[in-house]
Amino acid sequence: MSTSTSGLRLHGFPGGLKMRHHKQVSCRQPPAVAEIPKRLYIPIGQHQGEVGTLRVEPGERVLRGQALTASEDDFVVPAHASTSGKVAGVVEWPASWPPGSSRRCIELISDGCDESIEPQPLPDWQSRDSEAIINHLRAGGLAGLGGAMFPTAAKLRGDWGGLDTLILNGAECEPWISCDEMLMRIRPEAIINGARILARAVSAGRVLIAIEDPMDEVGAALESARRQMDSANIVRIVRIPAIYPEGGERQLIQTLTGLEVPHDGLPQDLGLVCHNVATAAAAFDAVARGWPLTERLVTVTGPGILEPRNFSARIGTRIAELVSQAGGYTDQATRLVLGGPMSGIALPSDDIPITKGSNCILALEADQVSRPHPTLPCINCTECVRVCPAGLLPQLLFKAVAADHEDEAAELNLFDCIECGCCAQVCPSHIPLVDWYRHGKDRLRLKRLDQRRAALAKRRFEARQSRLEKAEAERQARRERRRQKLAAPDQAKSEIQAAIERARGKKD
Amino acid sequence: MKFELAGAPHLPPAQSVAGMMRQVLYALVPAIAAHWWYFGWGIVFQIVLAVGFALLFEAIMLRLRQQPVKMFLGDFSAVVTGVLFALCMPPLAPWWIAAIGMLFAIVIAKHLYGGLGFNLFNPAMVGFAAVIIAFPIDLSNWLAPRPLSPGLPGLAETARAILAGQLPPGLSWDAISQATPLDALRTGVQDNLTVTEIRRDPVFGNFGGLGWEWIASWYAIGGLWLIYKRVISWHVPVATLVTVIVLSTPLWLLGPDTNPSPPQHIFSGALVLAAFFIATDPVSGCSTLRGKLIFGAGVAVLTLAIRRFGGYPDGVAFAILLMNMAAPLIDRYTRPRTYGHRR
Ligand code: SF4
Ligand code: SF4
Repeated sequence: MSTSTSGLRLHGFPGGLKMRHHKQVSCRQPPAVAEIPKRLYIPIGQHQGEVGTLRVEPGERVLRGQALTASEDDFVVPAHASTSGKVAGVVEWPASWPPGSSRRCIELISDGCDESIEPQPLPDWQSRDSEAIINHLRAGGLAGLGGAMFPTAAKLRGDWGGLDTLILNGAECEPWISCDEMLMRIRPEAIINGARILARAVSAGRVLIAIEDPMDEVGAALESARRQMDSANIVRIVRIPAIYPEGGERQLIQTLTGLEVPHDGLPQDLGLVCHNVATAAAAFDAVARGWPLTERLVTVTGPGILEPRNFSARIGTRIAELVSQAGGYTDQATRLVLGGPMSGIALPSDDIPITKGSNCILALEADQVSRPHPTLPCINCTECVRVCPAGLLPQLLFKAVAADHEDEAAELNLFDCIECGCCAQVCPSHIPLVDWYRHGKDRLRLKRLDQRRAALAKRRFEARQSRLEKAEAERQARRERRRQKLAAPDQAKSEIQAAIERARGKKD
Repeated sequence: MKFELAGAPHLPPAQSVAGMMRQVLYALVPAIAAHWWYFGWGIVFQIVLAVGFALLFEAIMLRLRQQPVKMFLGDFSAVVTGVLFALCMPPLAPWWIAAIGMLFAIVIAKHLYGGLGFNLFNPAMVGFAAVIIAFPIDLSNWLAPRPLSPGLPGLAETARAILAGQLPPGLSWDAISQATPLDALRTGVQDNLTVTEIRRDPVFGNFGGLGWEWIASWYAIGGLWLIYKRVISWHVPVATLVTVIVLSTPLWLLGPDTNPSPPQHIFSGALVLAAFFIATDPVSGCSTLRGKLIFGAGVAVLTLAIRRFGGYPDGVAFAILLMNMAAPLIDRYTRPRTYGHRR
């Protein structure tokens, strides 16, 4: 346990890895403003929520910042035009996850004018209520910029019963990624003000901005911005040791507070809410300046890139376009990763567009990713146990999943695996452990879905059965009543009599 | 452009099984050199024989089980098994002991259980247990360490003794062999001598046993290096040694005449070797970190118990095999608490 400069006592978390961070490679120069490409592919539903309905027609001219899709609720993040131009239509375009999949995108043909709509700030936000601020953030298209793209409004709104602390995550713990560090260096005021906006939205009385220990320049920049902007003195800058996956939401909370998010709960249950620093800056842009989210900082880096650097890129720009502005690939570049090397996704092609969650494009060469020959069996060396930040037994999880023992895997808390990759990184048998866990989670979800489906079907079957039984019983009852009527001798006789007389009458 | 698809992490692996096994072998080199200095060429022959048989059986079994021979021979695990076995052999043990030991270690304990990663028991210790049960006499013929020896056999004499069973002319087993400190202790106590009297024998050296104490010290130094390099974790060695000290100190203080001192326990026999190199065998050990502590402590308790009450002078091998059996059970009850879960 150590004490940070802000006087907050830090707690740390178990496991994790110390890594070479390689961040300076892309930090030597300030971010370049990426060229606006001729064609942009703006994903509809690039967030985790539902897909919004289209608000533009093919052929229509749109301006930068104009909403292209509607937002029916907090989970639907609207997409905005990232520049002015003509909507060509909706196309299926390659997406990053799952590998080889595609997603509906609005194809926008830039007219080169980059004309914007009138900015629509939220005037006087310092005295507005949380409802107004959250609605404005939702209209501005905010989603988590740290990578998960969780709808910001959905995270903020809710009857959480006393959120006291907003945590801003500036601990960019994966190697190579530097866009958040860059942002904190060049726009510290936007982050401090964004922090105040988000804090107001959830009525949090305290903001902790977590940065990694070696980020000295960043700390100084944020500190001086804080002194200028934060008159209420609610913001604190906290330096935390650089241990991967320190920037994971759960590990960050544990480091700062010593508390653990309950496995079936949310940070809000602890009175906390966590946002990325870039999300705070975007909140400032949306609320104070009136600009929806149409661009972000992206790190384009790695040994496979000739001139690594950060770009301020419009959402919808194809990766290939950024890479060519970073000097292009080296001849040995064989792997393209979205995100960091520990938990990023390998991309099949660079046609995939930048989304709100794209923080880093990493190109690696063959010898940096080589995982030699077939894997060996697990030798139970427990290196994975020692580095797992979630307190799992990765080797037993792997064995359970590989043997199709899903229930055992669930019992070993498979769903608490955060897929940080620490275990796979240290495994001497080179087992792709995280792939196995994903596979296991998928199978378990399917199985549970199957079970739910089966339960539903069973309930439907039983309902139908009881309906049929009831109908049958009624029929029986009716028949019974009729038989009884017939059986009652007098009545039966008179009925017969009557029938005979009726027949006679007809004859007559 | 098109790129290859692969799962994360996208980094070169931090280590490999072969690399770890090689480091284990490096860590044993100083102790092997000390062994050679005190007991002569025997250890070199024992290592060559055991490793040779280990690789031979490994190759045959891999072929029979239709596994990639080259890949698995290259993981060095059979070499480590052979070397650990050899380090438990008396210097002049006949060659066929290594053959039989490795047959049990590699064929039965390792491959019949499914090969690398699947063996329930530590292969080297299964081999050792098999030969000490079958050939107790051959395994008790230890040489006198250099300072006490009338002359250690040379290279050619050693070869003849091991391969053909012939001692150099004019020398008899009685002349060159000597009881190990543990043997001496055991027979001494049986003869109702006090530990202090027994320890007057020069074979006991300064704190553990002449020669033995230095070999054990080198094992410890090699083991600490492995901990530093993260090839093994500290849990098992620390638990083993601490438990030996905690158990033997009060007994020794109460009855110094009948109980060996803690350093005597630690530095004689195979205890240090076991604590750092054998009980730390990952495959047959515990899967949880707290489990490893219990495992190490269990090895210590059982070793002391066998040394005190059992039929063999040193109980390390049996202690480890017994704990191997208990490991899965220990794992069940020592699961770590997952993040966000209550106990
Ligand atoms: S690191 Fe790999 S080999 Fe070691 S215990 Fe974990 S899964 Fe098994
Ligand atoms: S990927 Fe999962 S199991 Fe592996 S270290 Fe991370 S949390 Fe633990």
